[in-house]
Amino acid sequence: MEVKDIFSYDWSYLLPEFIILGFATFLSLLDLFAGKRLGKQVIGWLSFLGTVIAAIFVIINMNALNKPYSYMIDMIRIDDYGNAFKLIFLAGTAFAILISLSYLKAGEVQHRGEYYYLLLTGLLGAMVMASSADLITLFVGLELLSLSSYVLVGLRKKSRLSNESAFKYVVSGSIATAVLLFGMSYVYGLAGTTHIYEISFRLAEAGMAGYQFLVYTAFAFLAVGLAFKISAAPNHMWAPDVYQGAPTPVTVFLAVVSKAAGFALIFRVMMISFFNVSDGTGSGRFFFEEGSLYLGLMAAASMIIGNTMALRQTNVKRMMAYSGIAQAGYLLVPFVPPTSLFFSEVIFYLFGYLLVSFGAFAVIMVVSREQETEDLKGFAGLYHRSPVMAIAMSIFLLSLAGIPITVGFFGKFYLFMGTLVVENYWLAAIMIITSVISYYYYFGIIRQMYMRPGTTEAPMVVPKGIWTFILIMAIATVFFGAFPGLVTDYIQIHFNPSFDFGNMLSPSSQ
Amino acid sequence: MGNILLSSLVFSPLLAIIVMAFIPNRHAGVIKQVGIYGTLPALILAGWMFGMFNYETANLQFVEKHSWISIPIGMAQAGTVFAFEINYELGIDGISMPLILLTAIIGTLAAIASWQIKKRQKEYFILFHLLLIGMLGVFAADNLFLFFIFFELTLVPMYFLIGIWGYGEREQAANKFLLYNGIGSGIMLLAFIVIFVIMRTLNIDEITAILTTPGHPITEILTPEMRFGIFLVLFIAFAIKLPVFPFHTWMLRVHVQAPPSIVMIHSGILLKMGAYGLLRMGIGFFPEQAYDFSMWIAVLGIINILYGAVLAFVQKDLKMVLAYSSISHMGIVLLGFASMNTIGFQGAMFQVVSHGFISALLFFLIGVIWDRTQTSMLDDLGGLAKSMPFVSGVLLAGGMASLGLPGMSGFISEFFAFLGLFGRLPVMAAVGAIGIVLTAVYLLRAILKTTFGPTPGRCTGLADAQPMEVIPMVVLLGCIILIGVYPAVLGNPMQQALKTIVPIVTGIGG
Repeated sequence: MEVKDIFSYDWSYLLPEFIILGFATFLSLLDLFAGKRLGKQVIGWLSFLGTVIAAIFVIINMNALNKPYSYMIDMIRIDDYGNAFKLIFLAGTAFAILISLSYLKAGEVQHRGEYYYLLLTGLLGAMVMASSADLITLFVGLELLSLSSYVLVGLRKKSRLSNESAFKYVVSGSIATAVLLFGMSYVYGLAGTTHIYEISFRLAEAGMAGYQFLVYTAFAFLAVGLAFKISAAPNHMWAPDVYQGAPTPVTVFLAVVSKAAGFALIFRVMMISFFNVSDGTGSGRFFFEEGSLYLGLMAAASMIIGNTMALRQTNVKRMMAYSGIAQAGYLLVPFVPPTSLFFSEVIFYLFGYLLVSFGAFAVIMVVSREQETEDLKGFAGLYHRSPVMAIAMSIFLLSLAGIPITVGFFGKFYLFMGTLVVENYWLAAIMIITSVISYYYYFGIIRQMYMRPGTTEAPMVVPKGIWTFILIMAIATVFFGAFPGLVTDYIQIHFNPSFDFGNMLSPSSQ
Repeated sequence: MGNILLSSLVFSPLLAIIVMAFIPNRHAGVIKQVGIYGTLPALILAGWMFGMFNYETANLQFVEKHSWISIPIGMAQAGTVFAFEINYELGIDGISMPLILLTAIIGTLAAIASWQIKKRQKEYFILFHLLLIGMLGVFAADNLFLFFIFFELTLVPMYFLIGIWGYGEREQAANKFLLYNGIGSGIMLLAFIVIFVIMRTLNIDEITAILTTPGHPITEILTPEMRFGIFLVLFIAFAIKLPVFPFHTWMLRVHVQAPPSIVMIHSGILLKMGAYGLLRMGIGFFPEQAYDFSMWIAVLGIINILYGAVLAFVQKDLKMVLAYSSISHMGIVLLGFASMNTIGFQGAMFQVVSHGFISALLFFLIGVIWDRTQTSMLDDLGGLAKSMPFVSGVLLAGGMASLGLPGMSGFISEFFAFLGLFGRLPVMAAVGAIGIVLTAVYLLRAILKTTFGPTPGRCTGLADAQPMEVIPMVVLLGCIILIGVYPAVLGNPMQQALKTIVPIVTGIGG
């Protein structure tokens, strides 16, 4: 590859990242020098503005670029795959900022300024993760996201629960990072390069040269390390504690943005690096055989653990954490093994998950603050107190459970179809059974809302901002459930998913 | 294909939902009226279509087709994108037409019976109409995806209707209903998607045509073992709904705990969706496999008949007697299917419709009795004929129809079903016929105990049927007698459609 001068690149494609970086820097300085004199919400609204502008530039990039644009030998790589994920990150962060703006409890988070620009730096990390094809930049992105998240989780300084969860998150996160780095060191040792497309060929050669076992070991460590970020088994244990302890907008940021980023990384690293490695017999490809089987076992374990453990939870945020573990399991399904459908399956599912999670957590936030408890019983009689909240929450829960006509149903249908295309009946069966198990706990909340008397019948006061937000999410959940074609077509037209996995593969490796 | 008659029929209950949404809760009377009148458009349209129905042909009528979702899966030759198409397709033939009319009639009558609902009328009727949309849609759908969506659409309203308006242990009943039916529809979806992935269409007619054409290229992919596998999965899915012996426990609870108007719908229509699915998608798609399996269908049918009858005999609760009686009567449907000839199928479908009317009538009567006496235990009842002669008379008539008295619908269906089965499996038929005797025993015992004999204190001085209650009784009884005296009203539309299924069955199976 020809070496380019740093100024010879067209840096305009990196504008989304620069904007987020710029806003984060600017806001931290603003907070430092003018923090006391500013209105409480100004920094929040400015960071929201930042995400919107960045999203506009991502869309411009999408239309301007027909083929991937790469900086410094794929250190950063602007392609369809990354752009699709970036839109989800940006929307997720924007939503998190919105619900924080209208509903962050006074005094709950002491450092409001930091809160908002830490979300932005976390977002920047996620965006870097989605759009690089080099182990170094990927790792830098991952750490940027992780460090921001660690602080965000612990930002309720006076809450014992928050401190505890931040501590747990840092410790288990560091262990996961160590495992991941250990896996990467194997990859580097075998391949002698950090460039993922290079690795793809080097690992294949290493496999042929009799280092099969080391290749497999590298794969296993990478998978376990990355499972942490997406809260999939076997590295899911942190999620319930952290979800419970973190401020609710941060919880949902972790549940959506951080998880999606984990997926962006897992697929980019795992799939491309091991794309050319042949399996032991020499006839098949490792990733499409044993490798994806390994991910399949992770998926199955996550679905089973997540859905069964959720049954026993009484704290609604813990329950959502286990539900999130299960959702991570569903999201791993398209990779067993990847088909030409996989990219749009994942993006569609994440899109639906984005709407539903934010809607559900917004309701949880309103209810648990008003009731001063995060217990499931806080939902009792909600229907009589605020029918709109109850109906919206029911829609979100039905969507999470995968019942038509909601976006979650089509998401699951799509995943399901993808797995049956490759005749993975066992995984499909686990998906079905665990989904039905999940009915029980999702309907548990519905039961509280409609069938149990609450402590009071007084109408619940819901601030206008969050009320509108929840309503829009609920309508979108139903609308895209009835017309999922709008989203799948969009993915098809703008992200070119079917033919080379969303521009993930370099032309030579296809 | 600009025909929108069927769509307007299916979605006509939406009108009532919209109107009701604007009526304040305190106007319970108005809501109830809207709730009842809201079912009339569907009834009128269904009646009109029944009149216009051309029963000389086996083709689908009132067909509608719109493209809905298209999922690109790859590139075919010449650069065209190859995609899975999911269409919005409605159409009815001679099998679904009577069921749609049955749904519309029972829908209206159950709405009238819902006059008794004393709390939260608005929500009740909104859910009721949602349920109605689901049921009409199931019978009108000509597309598996659409069928599934409507099938699931019945699940959620039913959950609420049982769980909020039911009797003492309503929540457990609702949960059990949800889990069993969730599993049922889950595995149904599994079968549907396998079919979709292999055949690339979801149109019921096309699938039937492809699967039953000897030597169609699809046979290369779809081995006989796979066909049998899919058939079995479909059979289990619909067996849960029907319900067939080991899967029946949920249905008992629903029959006992749900409010009478909902049991009318449940036993009158929802159980029939299982029979309909079994005929159209089980036997219709896989006639050969069904033929090979018919011996077992007969065995299951006999178990259902005898098991239901024997247990009905020992029940102390009138509701349980009728619940077990429903299980017993669904056995006759299975026997009709097992015969694999026109007469048997006709018997099965007659039984479906006839039992719909009869059980709706009987459960309506139980509701009336409960309303007066607050009990349905046989030991607490007795001598009702003195104070409620009209109700007792109708109860006796309904019981007679149920045990198959000539001149009523029950007789025709049992006669045809057994006639069909005697032609093929005479021994089975003979064993099954014992059930008819047992039916007479348990029904007469229950009815005598209720209407005659010593009169306990609580059963004296009760008001006889009110005008609002007379209407459903008379209409249902009228339908029962009409079918009994003039079976052609039902037989004619079915004839052609059944004739297309049977030659396929016998033509291939020998």
